Amino acid sequence: MDLNMVLRIAGIGIFVGVLVTLLNESGKREIAQLVTVAGVVLVLFTVIQGISQLFTLVKSVFQLY
Amino acid sequence: MEIWQIVGLALIVTIIGVVLRKIQPEIAVQLSILAGAVIFLLMFGKIKVIVDLLQNLADQANISSYYLIIVLKIVGISYLAEFGAQICRDAGEGALATKVELAAKIGVLVLAIPIIVAILESLVRLIP
Repeated sequence: MDLNMVLRIAGIGIFVGVLVTLLNESGKREIAQLVTVAGVVLVLFTVIQGISQLFTLVKSVFQLY
Repeated sequence: MEIWQIVGLALIVTIIGVVLRKIQPEIAVQLSILAGAVIFLLMFGKIKVIVDLLQNLADQANISSYYLIIVLKIVGISYLAEFGAQICRDAGEGALATKVELAAKIGVLVLAIPIIVAILESLVRLIP
């Protein structure tokens, strides 16, 4: 499950990158900016899930309450 | 989780990170953060075995688990701080990384105070 979290993020990143270059070429610069921000926020959700899982595990193992 | 799977994952993520760094640098940083977290999660089973072994040994040697818990906390704090500081440094935030390390040092020092006091007391008792 964790590996496909990483690969999903890579897919989103590359897709957003291509979309942004496409939008820039067709002259819609502001939409490209919006798509970049949307991509970053979307990736942030998955990253935060992964990090919260990591932190709960570390807290439980090392008794860091 | 075997070492070759982890090295494979790390290499794949590095290559994707290089590609992503050109098009979308902010997502590349998040990718490396998540890859670090995933590698720790994959290794978690083995870490649990080590920690349980330490606890068993401490119980057999009837050392009070109070000191072992402090050692485990210190290891946990230093691991997390190193994790965060290294990621901040990769993203170019050297100053932030040093602040995180400073906070971790203070945290570890605060945790170590009871042990230092215990040692000093036993020393004073030894000297007639």
